[in-house]
Amino acid sequence: MHSRHVALGALMSPFAGFDMPIRYSDITDEHLAVRKDVGVFDVSHMGEIFVCGPDAEKFINHIFTNDIRGYNPGKILYGMMLYPDGGVVDDLLVYREFTPDHFLLVVNASNIDKDYRHICECAAGYDVQIDNQSAVWGQVAVQGPRAEEVVTKVLGIDCAASLGFYEYCNSTWNGSRLIVSRTGYTGEDGFELYTTLEGTCEIWDKLIAAGVKPCGLGCRDTLRFEAGLPLYGDELSEEISPIMAGLGMFCKLDKEEFIGRDALAAQKAQGTAKKLVGIEIEDRAVPRAGYPVELEDGTQVGVVTTGYHSISLDKSICFALVDTKFSALDTPLWIRIRKKVFPGKVVKKRFYQTNYKK
Amino acid sequence: MSKIIDGLYYSESHEWVKVEGDIAVIGVTDYAQAEMGDITYVDAPAEGDEFGKGEEFGALESVKASSDMYCPISGEVVEVNQDVVDAPEKVNEDAYGAWIIKIKMSDPDELSALMDAAAYKALTDK
Repeated sequence: MHSRHVALGALMSPFAGFDMPIRYSDITDEHLAVRKDVGVFDVSHMGEIFVCGPDAEKFINHIFTNDIRGYNPGKILYGMMLYPDGGVVDDLLVYREFTPDHFLLVVNASNIDKDYRHICECAAGYDVQIDNQSAVWGQVAVQGPRAEEVVTKVLGIDCAASLGFYEYCNSTWNGSRLIVSRTGYTGEDGFELYTTLEGTCEIWDKLIAAGVKPCGLGCRDTLRFEAGLPLYGDELSEEISPIMAGLGMFCKLDKEEFIGRDALAAQKAQGTAKKLVGIEIEDRAVPRAGYPVELEDGTQVGVVTTGYHSISLDKSICFALVDTKFSALDTPLWIRIRKKVFPGKVVKKRFYQTNYKK
Repeated sequence: MSKIIDGLYYSESHEWVKVEGDIAVIGVTDYAQAEMGDITYVDAPAEGDEFGKGEEFGALESVKASSDMYCPISGEVVEVNQDVVDAPEKVNEDAYGAWIIKIKMSDPDELSALMDAAAYKALTDK
C-alpha cells in the first residue's frame, strides 16, 4: 500500500511504527467527502488478534468491559480492556465469529504488542489459543453516505447491504477470507473490509479507479473527533478511565467479574476527580491538545485532549479533561491559546449528529 | 514548486519582508502556506505591540496544526491586515499579497542578516 499512497501524492508521516498517509489533497476536502459522499481509508495498521478455544467466551468476558454473552455470531461489540485499577489497556472491537468459540479482537495499531502481551498474560488458567495476525491482515474503511452503494456496486460485495450497524459477514476476495464489517470511526455509515495485504491493494485500486476519494489519517481524526469518538492516548489511557471519559455505557458493571470492574464500580459510586467534557469557544482560535483550561481568574482546572476548528460545524471545539466540579453543561470555562485567553462553555461531546445505519 | 519573489527579504522561519521606507511589510512565504495546507485562523498582534528580531509575533492555524510566526526584524506594529484576519484563506490564495503586519523598523541594519530570493530558494529546494 505504501507505494500507492506515495503515487497519489500523500503527505506521509510516521505513526505507531508505520509510515502513514496524513492527507492526499487537503484535510477539509477529504473530511467533507466522507460527510457528504464517500471516502476510503487505508487502515491496515490496525491490529487483528484471534482468540478461540473452549473457554474463549468466558476469557474475553474476563478481559473486556462489555458483555459478549447473548451476542450472536456476526455481531460486533465495542469496549475496553482495563488494568485492575481501571486504567485502560486499549479500546477495541470484539467480533463473535460464526465458528463457535472463535472471536476476533480488533485493536489500535499503537497498542498491538502491548495488547497481545496483556491478553497472553491474562490467559493463564483459560483453555484458549491466542493468535496475533496483525501483520498479515490489511484493512480499508469505506465511509460516507454512498459507502453501501460503492461497496456493493464497485466491489460487488452484495452481503454488505443486508448488514446493520455493528454487524459483519464473511465473504471472499480472490479466494481469501474477506470480513465485511458495518463499522467505522467517522460518525457516518460505512464499512471496514479486512482481507489479505494483496487483496487490500486490489480493493484500494478498484475504489480509487472508480473515483472514490482517498482519505488520510488527518481527516480520520477530525471526523472521529466531531462524532464524539475517543482516541486511545488522548481521551482514554492508563490514567483516563472509561468512567472519566463518559464511556460507562460500554462497561457492564452488572457482569459478575472482569478485570478493572471493582475500580470502575468505585469510581462510579464515588465519582472521579476529573471528567472528559466538550468545550466550545466563541472565537475561531483553535484549542490544541495540551492547552490549559482555566477559570476566569486564571486558575487552571483542566487540559485540552483534542481540539479543532470543526470542519462540519465551523466552530472551535475541543475535548478537555477538567475537574469534575466544572464539568456540567454550560459551565463557563476559558482556554489559554498561546498568549491569549478565550471564553467558552461546556457542551455535549458529540458535537456532530452521527448518521449510522439503523 | 513554490513561488519566490525577487526583491523581498526572507527569514529561515519562512516569513517574507518587503521594505517601504522605514516600514517592513511582513507575511509568510508561499512555501510556508503550502506546507500548512488550508489556513483557518490568523493570530495577529495588536497595533502598538513591539517585537524584537526573532520574537514570536503571532501564529497561523491550519486544520491539523498551528505554526508560530517570528518577527524577522525589530520594531513596532503600525498596522495589522484585518482583511487577512477576517479571511485567513487569503494566505493560501496569495501569500505575497496577504501581508500580516507592518512594522516600523527600529534597526533597519538587521535586514542584512536576512536572505535574498536566491538564498531562500536554495533553502527551500533542500
